[in-house]
Formats: sequence, C-alpha cells, structure tokens
Amino acid sequence: MQYSDSLVPLIIIFMAMAGIFPIMLAGNKPSLRSKFIVGVAVLVFVTVAAQVPAIFGGQVLTCTLAKVLPGAWIKLRIDAMGLMFALVASFLWIFTSFYAIGYMGSLKEHAQTRFFVFFAIAIGAALGVAFSANLLTLYLFYEVLSLSTYPLVAHDQTEEAYAAGRKYLTYLLGSSIAFILPAIFLTYYYTGNLDFADNVRSGIFSGAVPPNVVRLIYVLCLFGFAKSAIMPLHRWLPAAMVAPTPVSALLHAVAVVKVGVFSTTRVMLYFFGVETMDSLGLGMPTAYFVSITIIVASMVALTKDNLKARLAYSTISQLSYIILGVALLTPQGISGGLIHIANHAFSKITLFFCAGAIFVASHKKNISDMNGLGRLMPFTFGAFAIASLSMIGAPPVAGFITKWYLFLGSLEAGQVGIILVLVASTMLNIGYFAPVVYRAFFASPMAGKSGEGLREAPLIMVIPLCCSAFISILIGFYPDFLMTFVKGVLG
Amino acid sequence: MDAWLFEIIGKFNYWIYVVLMMTGFYAMIRKNNLIKKLLGMNIFQTAIILLYISMGSKVGGKIPILDKEQALAGAVQVADVVNPLPHVLMLTAIVVSVSVTGVALAVALRIYKEYGSIDEDQILERIGKS
Amino acid sequence: MNHNLPVLVLAFPLLAAFAVNLLGKISKKHVAPWTLASLILSAGTSLWVLKDVLQNGKFSYTVGGWMAPYGIELVLDPLSALMLVMVSWVALIATFSALPSIKKEMPGREHLFFSLYLILICGMMGLVITGDAFNLYVLLEITSITTYGLIAMGKGRAPLSSFNYIIMGTIGACFYLLGVGYLYLLTGTLNMADIASRLPALYESPTVATAFCFLIVGVWIKMAFFPLHGWLPNAYTYAPKGASVLVAPLMTKVSVFLMIRIMFSIYSPEYDFLMHLGIKNLVVWAATIAIVGASLIALTQKDFLKMLSYIVVAEVGYMVGGVWLANQEGLTGAIFHILNDSLMTLCFFLVASAIAYRTGSSRIADFRGLFQKMPLTMLALSVGALSVVGVPPTCGFFSKWYLLLGGVEAGQWEFVAALIFSSIVNAVLFYRVFEVAFSHSEEEPSLKFENSRILETSPMMIPPLVVIPVVLLVIGLSAGPLVREVIRLAVPAL
Repeated sequence: MQYSDSLVPLIIIFMAMAGIFPIMLAGNKPSLRSKFIVGVAVLVFVTVAAQVPAIFGGQVLTCTLAKVLPGAWIKLRIDAMGLMFALVASFLWIFTSFYAIGYMGSLKEHAQTRFFVFFAIAIGAALGVAFSANLLTLYLFYEVLSLSTYPLVAHDQTEEAYAAGRKYLTYLLGSSIAFILPAIFLTYYYTGNLDFADNVRSGIFSGAVPPNVVRLIYVLCLFGFAKSAIMPLHRWLPAAMVAPTPVSALLHAVAVVKVGVFSTTRVMLYFFGVETMDSLGLGMPTAYFVSITIIVASMVALTKDNLKARLAYSTISQLSYIILGVALLTPQGISGGLIHIANHAFSKITLFFCAGAIFVASHKKNISDMNGLGRLMPFTFGAFAIASLSMIGAPPVAGFITKWYLFLGSLEAGQVGIILVLVASTMLNIGYFAPVVYRAFFASPMAGKSGEGLREAPLIMVIPLCCSAFISILIGFYPDFLMTFVKGVLG
Repeated sequence: MDAWLFEIIGKFNYWIYVVLMMTGFYAMIRKNNLIKKLLGMNIFQTAIILLYISMGSKVGGKIPILDKEQALAGAVQVADVVNPLPHVLMLTAIVVSVSVTGVALAVALRIYKEYGSIDEDQILERIGKS
Repeated sequence: MNHNLPVLVLAFPLLAAFAVNLLGKISKKHVAPWTLASLILSAGTSLWVLKDVLQNGKFSYTVGGWMAPYGIELVLDPLSALMLVMVSWVALIATFSALPSIKKEMPGREHLFFSLYLILICGMMGLVITGDAFNLYVLLEITSITTYGLIAMGKGRAPLSSFNYIIMGTIGACFYLLGVGYLYLLTGTLNMADIASRLPALYESPTVATAFCFLIVGVWIKMAFFPLHGWLPNAYTYAPKGASVLVAPLMTKVSVFLMIRIMFSIYSPEYDFLMHLGIKNLVVWAATIAIVGASLIALTQKDFLKMLSYIVVAEVGYMVGGVWLANQEGLTGAIFHILNDSLMTLCFFLVASAIAYRTGSSRIADFRGLFQKMPLTMLALSVGALSVVGVPPTCGFFSKWYLLLGGVEAGQWEFVAALIFSSIVNAVLFYRVFEVAFSHSEEEPSLKFENSRILETSPMMIPPLVVIPVVLLVIGLSAGPLVREVIRLAVPAL
C-alpha cells in the first residue's frame, strides 16, 4: 500500500458542500436550479470516479486538515472501502437528483431550495464519512449528516413530520453522543490514537489494552452508530418515512443508513481488526445478535400495508446482512457484507423510486390499493419486480451475489445457525415482496375504483428507476468491478 | 471555666467581631425587609473593618506619625507604634462599603417606586400578580 | 517589552469612561466612537502583551514605581495575559451588540450606561493582572458595583434582581476580604508572591485553612458555583441586553480565574490537594452536583435567557471540577474551557440580544419562524449550540475532551458521567429551541416584528454574529497548537 498526500478528498467534499451556493442563488429559477443540482452531482461523481485507477493501483490518498489533539487529527483518506461507498453514493446522487426534481416538481412541494441545499450537504457529509481517516473525523461528518438530514425528514412541517424529526434526531444524536463520544474518548485514553489501521487484520488495539475495555468500546460502537438501525435502535427509520420519497430513497436506502453500516463495518475492520475481534470472541455474538434484527424486521415487514413502511423494515433487515457478513470474520463473509453495501443500495433505491412514482401517479400508499396497477404502470412495476428479486437474492440480480458470499462465509466459519437464518430470511423476503408484485400484475382492480386516466409517472422519474434496476441486473452478471474494491479491502 | 473566660476576655475584640458579623450575616440572609438587609450588610462590613483594625493595634501603641530623621536612624521601636497599614486598607474598604450602600439604596428606591413596597414577600406577591 | 503596556490596556477604557460620560452629556454621538476606540486600542495592546509574555516569559509591572511587596504589582504570566486578551476581545465584540441594544432600550442614557460599562471592563482587566491580594478585593468590588448598576438599569424585575445580587455579591466579597485579613494576620504582607513565599512554613496552622475556606467560598459566590448561584439567573435575564452580553461571558469566567490564582499563586498545589486530602474529592463531587443540578433546572426553563443562565451555572461546575481534578489534563481543560465558555456564552448572548432587538422577546415560545426571519443569527446559535454540546470540531469539544481525560486520570468517574450527562441535556435544550425556531406557519406569524424594514437585526450586531461562530470553529480546529503553545504554558505547574 502506498500512501500519498493529496487534496483530492477535501476537494470532493468541498465540491459537494459548495454546491449549495449556486443552488441557493438560483433559488427562484427552478429550471436553472435543476441544472445546478444535476451539475454538482455529476461533477462530484466524475471526480470520485477519477480516483478509481489510483486506488486500484494500491494507492491511498491522505489529507490532514487540522492537528487538533496530539495523535488525533482531522484527517481524510481515500482507500478501497471508502471509495466504493463514495462511488455508490455519488453515482446514485445523480439519479436521485433527476428523480427528486421530477418528484418535487410534480407534487409542487414547498421550500424546494431548502430541500436541495440540505440534500447536497447531506451527500457531502456522507462522502466525508467515506473518506474519514480516523474515528474523530468520521464522527464529525456523521453528526453533520444527522443534523443536515433533519430538515429533510421534517420537510412537510406537519405535526407528524416534526414528531418523526424529533424521533430521528433523538435516536441518532442521542446514541452517537451517548455511545460514540465515550468510545472515542476511551480509545484515545487507552491507545492515544484514533486512526484507522492500514489493513483489516491488526486493528489499533494492542495487547496492552484490557480486553474488557476493548469489548466495551466495541459494544459502544455497535450501538452508537444507530444509523445502521440494528434493533432495538431502529425505530427512527420507519418514522423517517414521512419524508418526501426522494429523501427516503437516497437517504434511507443509501446515504444515511449506509453511512451507519459503513461506519460500523469500518470500525469493525479497521479499528478493531479481524484478529482482535476473533481473539476477543466478538464476531459470532455480533452475527447472532444482528440475526435477530434480520428475522424480526422481516416479520414486521410482512405485517405492513404501507409500501414505504414495508420497505423501511426491509431496509432494517437488509442492513443487518452487511454487519452479519463482516461479523463472520471470514474473507467470503466480509466480501458478502461489503458488496451488499452497493447491491442493496441499487436495489433498494429502485424500490423507493417505484414507491414514489406510484404515489405521484396514483396517490396510493398502501399495498392493498395497488391491485392491477402493474398493468397500468408496467415499467415502474417491472423495475419493482427486478429489485424485489435482488432483495430476495435470486440470480441473476445483484442480491444473489451477496447471498452467495454470505452462504460461503457461514460455511467457512462453520456456522449452521447463520445458514438457517439466511434461509429463513430469504423465505420471509419472498413472503413480503411477492404479494406486492402479484397484486400489481395479476389481481383484478377493486370494484368501483377504475384505473381510468392512470399513467406512468413523469419520464424524469421513470428513467432513473429503470436505470437503477438495470444496474442491479448488471451487477448480478458482472460483479467483478465491485469485487476489485472488496479485494482491495481484504488486501 | 477559667480557661474559657480567659479565652473570651483575652480575645474580646475578636469575639465582638464574630458576634457582629454573625448578626449582620443573619440579617442579610433572613430578613425580608430590604432596608434591614442593607443594615445587616453594613454591620457585616463593619465587623470586618473592626477585625482589621484590631489586627493592627498594639497595647500601648502610639500613633504612627514618625519623625523622618528618627525613623531613618532606626530609633523607632516597631512595637511602640500601631501598624498603619490595616487602617489604610480599611479606609479603602470603608469607601467601598459606602459606595455599595449607596448603589444598594438607589436600587432599593427604584424597587420601592416600582412595587410600592420594600418587603420581599410583598414584592414577590405583586410580581406574581402582574 | 515596553514596560508601560499592561497599564495602557487598562488606561484606555478607564479614561474613555470619563470622556464618554462628559462628552455624552453634550451629544450622544460621542458615546459609540469613544467606547469603541478605547476598546479597540485596549484589545490590540493586550495581544501585544500576550505575544511578549509568550516570548519572554513572566513579567511584572510595579505601579507608580513602588517596588513589590510594598507597592502594587501587576503580574503578567501566560495565564493572566491570556485572560487579559480574552477579557479585552470579548468586551470589544460584545460592545458591537451593546451599543445598538442600549440605544434602543434606554435612549438618552447611553453615556451613563457606557461609562459604567467601561469601568467594569477596566475592573475585570485589573482583576486578571493584579498581583496584590487587597488590590484584588478593591477591583472585585469595582466590577461588582458597576455590574449592580448596569443590571439595575433594566426594566421590570431588574432592580430586584440587582438587589439580590448586591447582597450575595457583598457576602462573597466580604468573605474574600476576611480571608485576606487572616493571611495578612499570619504573614504581614498582601503581595501574592510574598504571601506564597511565607505561607508554606505555616501550612499546619488552622488559620491558613480558615483563610483558604473564606477566599475560595468568596469567589465561589462570585462565580455562582451551584448551589451559591441563586443571584445569577434573574440578574442576567432582567438586565439590559447590553449589560448581560458583557457580564455573562466574562464575570463568572474571571472569577474562576481568581480561584485558580488563589489556589496556585497564593497557595500551592501541595496545599490545595495534599494537605486536606478529602477536600479534593468533595469539591469534584460538588462540581458534579453543580453540573447535574444546573442542567436539570435549565430543562425546566421557558425563557431563553434563563435557560442560558443555567447553562452558564452548569459550565462553572465544569471549570471548578476541572481545576480540582488536580492533574495536568484537568487544569488544561479548565483553563481552555474558561476561554471557550466565555466565547460560547458571548455567542449565545449576542444571539439573544439580536433576537430581542428584532422581536422584543426572549421567550422560547416566541421564536417561531426565526430560522426564516433571522437565518444568520440562527446559524450563529447553531454553531454555539454544537460547541456547548461538545460536537467536534467546535472548540467546546476540545476543552471537554481534556476535562474528560483529567476526570478519567483522577478516577473521578462521577465527574466524567456528569460531563456526558450535561452534553446530552444541552443537546435537548437547544434542540427544543431549534424546533420552535424552525417551525412556522405562513398564515399566522406569531412573531411580532417591531420593525419589519430592518434587514435581520441592527447592522452593528451583524459582524459579531458572523465573527463569533467562525472563532468557535477556528479555535476548535487549531486546538492542537493552541493547547501546546499557549494553554500548556498557562497551566500552573503541579
């Protein structure tokens, strides 16, 4: 691994955040504003993508911003794991920008400029988390993300939205201040260091730190990153679904929740390291612990009739796959977990896009009202079906790759229990996705409610969701590109 | 009993200061009437002034106004004159105490104009009503 | 060094105080330029002094050429020079807000207000650099009397609050004076360094302990150390906004500095922490109770200024606890926090003044729609809030960090827990404010904008509102070098 100083990580984050100024200035001219929104997203993505060759070449770009405490600086770095996440987030930002412009425009939402401004800040913060070189910096961007997404969650400014926003901040800020800050502090006190390690093996805790302290820090980290929505700290996610659908799509399928699992896995791999986790016996308990979330969240999803609520619980369940994979501590398991960050992002964003498109076209939120809609909105529901397959883990869609590696990983670890969990969860996935698709295409529309005049949502919304569904299939066929990142992580 | 009496009589000045100070302190904390509080404050400050003065005094001590020639020649016994420094300090303290009292009286006057009372309970009652 | 510099820092506001009073009688136009000019000069000079002290080490100035221990000595070590800079700069920034708000609150009496205001600043600067125990008492009373006057100039309950403050403040000052009396009785001198050199031989004497108690309790009352804080919340809430914006950030912090002076320049760490072993733990516990108690009371407040006042009281607990942790990290944290907390409090009170200027209210319930109407002000408040909660990279995080390190090192886990608890409480407090400020309904604007033509608030109040959040971030980001090169030097050797 070759380290080199570079301003690139700073420039990328700065570009995303500075993007708010042209958006703000063009606040009164929606068409110009839309161009800026898309322009910023494309620019950021291109810059992120331009780093791929260097990182594949084994380079790590670092950038020190301020030496705030001895041994704990504000520092950025781009490595394989961070870049993979940044790439996914910035790529999907482009889709979401198009989609959001269509969605917000169609529904004539209020305060659109504020919406897009905080959106850009949130993405900048997510990129910051991806590029953080130590826990302090990561924490910093993590909090910026929590704060900047609050106006998005409470966007409607109704009582319900405020209640959701309050719950959102209480869970996210409360857990991070109550758990992560003490964890950072304890780590610093015992090791004098907060930097992530160079590789996933060793971690930063030497034998000198009492094992129980390391275990305590680990537990604090696991619960502190409540954005990963591990039960019992998952309640904010369904509540946050009151936000406009583009927010649910990007933030609660990609940016926010993925920042949560990214942070958790980042800490597991680069802070504690596979060897430390193994020797302290942290891996398997974690795996079984998140298995509870996988199963229970899926069961709750079965009971939800509101499409976005069902998707939210599906997200909770799927996020824990990622942590489960990494907690197996075997190369195959970690591969499965990390690659699911991308796979789930593409598939889940498709599902949310579909939910939004259905709402815009028909103003329907509940699954029980969607009988026969598939015949009127074939593209939307087609994409929905593909993404559902991915969630279930059927070949040849992206989710299959995840499941495959997770099965291999659990075999490698010799954990029959985990295999059973995976099988059960697949069954449950089928249980809650298949009825949606079935109703849409095969059930006859309810009497008295004719579908007259119902058409697909505007093209600016349908095209992104078709693209992301298509990419899900593409990953299923060609997982090599993403696997290169995972190989980079595993060294 | 004798030792106890000796303790009191031998250091009577300090005992007076303690009694005065406690009286003042009690009035400041306990009294509801603002003017009584101020009186307590003055007693409290006077007690401290007495402490300082008694620190500087000596039995049989003379006024510390000395002949310069004598003093330079070392002919003055320090034990013969009282220590002037505490007096000087207390002059300052008196000035301070007078100015605090002045400010406090002015403030009390404003309170009286505002609420028509200088009794704390009554004032709080009137604030509660408004 | 130009040997008259330290006195010049004090002289500018003192002379300006008279000029403002006299010229202000003729025309109110003279008030602002004289006040600002003197404070700018003073602030500039104080930086020069700090730079010199950091380069050349401790420096003492003998007033009127009378040598210590007979004359009055001004001591400029890194700590007092740092405090001098803090006082003069905070005062300067606060003045930008005080000028318009006083002009609005008490038209025609600005010259009276600002002459007291300048004397108060001068007194506080004197407090931090004096090396004489009795002189300190006099300066303490100068600052107190001017503060009583400034607070009493407010409307409604202000005179009553001021009266309570007079009673409590006098008790505090008298306790201090008593303590000094005992020390004089024992050592026959009033110069701090001189006392410090004679005292160790007498450490066993109960009189030394009595004096110590009186001095410390005296400054605790002055700094509103919970539960001796009763006078503070009302005084800061009902005072004219222009007074609280100066007094709130500085007075308690200067008192904490005085406690450090008493503990380390008159007494020594051996005495403070080793002679009476139980005391140390007791004070840290008291600080813990202060933090938790004041935070809980803050939760019940409906008035923004009252809430801020209780936050100030809780923060006093941070600093007292930090000092009494009796280790390097805790002291570093406490001193760093004196600086940070004064800036954070300044930020809050600037915001409160700006809001009061615009809306005439400080009730949280009246803050509806503020994010839309006063975006800049609310942005400043957001940064301040993050800092007081302790979110990096704002400066509040770093001082809290050192305090936590100190707490762990001393094994005082209750203090560590209290710090984390108060962070969470602060988060809740400001969250509630923001939620109200964020909400608005177009149909019924609850905000009574007294003058809808003005941009956001008075144009003079804008620069501080921009500068202070930036300063909070810059201090946070440069915490590393700042601690290494300034604060560490200011920490008394243990």
